[in-house]
Amino acid sequence: MGYVAVKGGEQAIENACNLFAYQRIKGGSRPLAVKQIEEQLYLLIDRVMGEGSLYAPELAALAVKQAAGDTLEASFMLRAYRTTLPRIASTLPGSTARMRIFRRISASFKDVPGGQVLGPTSDYTLRLLNFDLFDETKASAQLFRRFVEHNLRSHERLPDTFPKVIEILRTEGLIVNPKSAGYSDESDGEPFDITRESLVFPAARSARLQAMARGETGGLLLLAYSSMRGYGDVHPIVGELRVGYLPVVVPDPYTKAPRVAGEVKVTEAEIIARYDSGSGKPLFTVGYGLCFGQNEIKAISMAILDRAMEAAENNSPANDQEFVLSHIDGIESMGFCNHWKLPHYVDFQSDLDRLRKAQAYHADRGKEQKTDTTNSL
Amino acid sequence: MPIVEKSKKQTRQILYNFAFLDDVAKREIRRKILKAVAVPGYQVPFGSREMPIARGWGTGGLQITLSLIEPSDTLKVIDQGCDYSVNAVNIKKFVQAVTGVRITTDTTEATLIQTRHRIPEEPMTEDQILVLQVPYPEALREVEPSEQKTRAMHAEGDYGRMWLFLYEDIIHYGEVRLSYRYPVLVNNKYIMDPSPIPRWDVPKLNMARTLFLFGAGREKRIYAVPPYTSVEPLQFEDHPFRVESFAGKRCERCGAEDTYLDEIIAEDGVTRHYYCSDTSFCDKRRRT
Repeated sequence: MGYVAVKGGEQAIENACNLFAYQRIKGGSRPLAVKQIEEQLYLLIDRVMGEGSLYAPELAALAVKQAAGDTLEASFMLRAYRTTLPRIASTLPGSTARMRIFRRISASFKDVPGGQVLGPTSDYTLRLLNFDLFDETKASAQLFRRFVEHNLRSHERLPDTFPKVIEILRTEGLIVNPKSAGYSDESDGEPFDITRESLVFPAARSARLQAMARGETGGLLLLAYSSMRGYGDVHPIVGELRVGYLPVVVPDPYTKAPRVAGEVKVTEAEIIARYDSGSGKPLFTVGYGLCFGQNEIKAISMAILDRAMEAAENNSPANDQEFVLSHIDGIESMGFCNHWKLPHYVDFQSDLDRLRKAQAYHADRGKEQKTDTTNSL
Repeated sequence: MPIVEKSKKQTRQILYNFAFLDDVAKREIRRKILKAVAVPGYQVPFGSREMPIARGWGTGGLQITLSLIEPSDTLKVIDQGCDYSVNAVNIKKFVQAVTGVRITTDTTEATLIQTRHRIPEEPMTEDQILVLQVPYPEALREVEPSEQKTRAMHAEGDYGRMWLFLYEDIIHYGEVRLSYRYPVLVNNKYIMDPSPIPRWDVPKLNMARTLFLFGAGREKRIYAVPPYTSVEPLQFEDHPFRVESFAGKRCERCGAEDTYLDEIIAEDGVTRHYYCSDTSFCDKRRRT
């Protein structure tokens, strides 16, 4: 055989890249417009922006198109693009009470001040395939749009702000004060930034929340689910879940006055967990989650893990912050998982050498033992 | 600074800095490299950036390369000893696209070499830097899963468990089972993971003329072995460290008997062929 095992790879690699791009268009149907992806697959876009850690709906849609729908790949492209952008300013901290809400629910009270606002959700849909969508046309979509918009108009407009359910409980003295409860890092200082400093353990709470906000939805869900199922002791109640738009406020570079630069769609979850009666007055504890876009599973999972990582004992995976934070990043885990496809023949050669040595040793020892037994007979 | 050698047609592709990373990132990484050089074998945490190649595919090494590279550099990239293996081709293409530097396969010609899992067979000089890609920067991970604890173990020189691990292997198997990624003691101070180079390459790290830089992108660590630093594989007096044995075998292309060989199974599934892992060195020997 020739020397093909190592040479001539360059062209093959080029061809593999081209084949991947070809696969998407070879069927001959009309190419997807980026705008269509952005509007019609908006939950996918939301997820990709969150995991890609860059709020850019149009670029996220482009990434989804280029990645042929692979969320990990698409998020990865956004992250790589993010690296090339200079950081020109940091936003000013703002309260989520100012969120322009389109969905807001509380599972802890039947009714809450401001009311339950169900908004757009698939929660209450029947998961039956809607065969009508096979024949969806521009006209039929338009008709349905008019129908919904007409219905909405007959309802009152949503108020600009809603009171926060957790705050109501807090003023009643039912909820723990994060600072006095010894939650790590509840200082008012600068938040930790895991994109500029590598995570150190124990991690500051700001670092933990940031890591989770960039985390992979499935990974977060798995760990949060393990905690709620039994490998942990967080029994959460959703205090409040809200989805809406948050103003992005940055200081004016000249006057330092706060200026609204735009808004981002976010999901926020606050979960209430059973009280910690450590010392003193028994109080409920709170877990917090916030992520880009409408991604309720991610925000709730974050909140559960935020609470779980505050547990006194590392007796389950979700309680162990090093375990959680080191394994939830989709870009890192997918990259590393994929890397096993890279050649490892040098390493395997070394493995072979050790195994052959060990086998020889084993065989020798077998012979020795045999001679021993013969002698003793 | 945009790259200038591209035509106007490609303007959309050239809106990147020289060497991709922004200046602040480069400065940070260079500072972390200096710290790593000052404390040989110590893992310096850094703000690892996301790169357009995947985590686990050499992003740590790549960030070191990109923060050091200058337009006058000549770059060589190898993967498992080979200049044309997937990972090497990927990285080479990318670095070339964002810097325009000269690429070579000749070890002696390169000023900067990025490598995955091998140290070239040809000795390197003071004027060269070898950048190694690292998947697991923590040599103690084998015995301790927690980062918080391994950092404390390094700080306290608490290496008993590592020694015990090696000892137990020898008792059970007659041999330390660690094949590649063999732990070393650097400058008589820190136990270090030399990256997944075969044991064959470990002696090349000791008192070498070249600066070795190790980058772990996913794990966000940079560490270094400066020139003329002692690097000793962990071994016992009565059980010395041994490199892979290729006794009785030689490269079927260049005839070398003193290189790390790739074992290749022939089409019949039985016959084995052996070729140099360092392909450019093999080519060179064939030419001369």
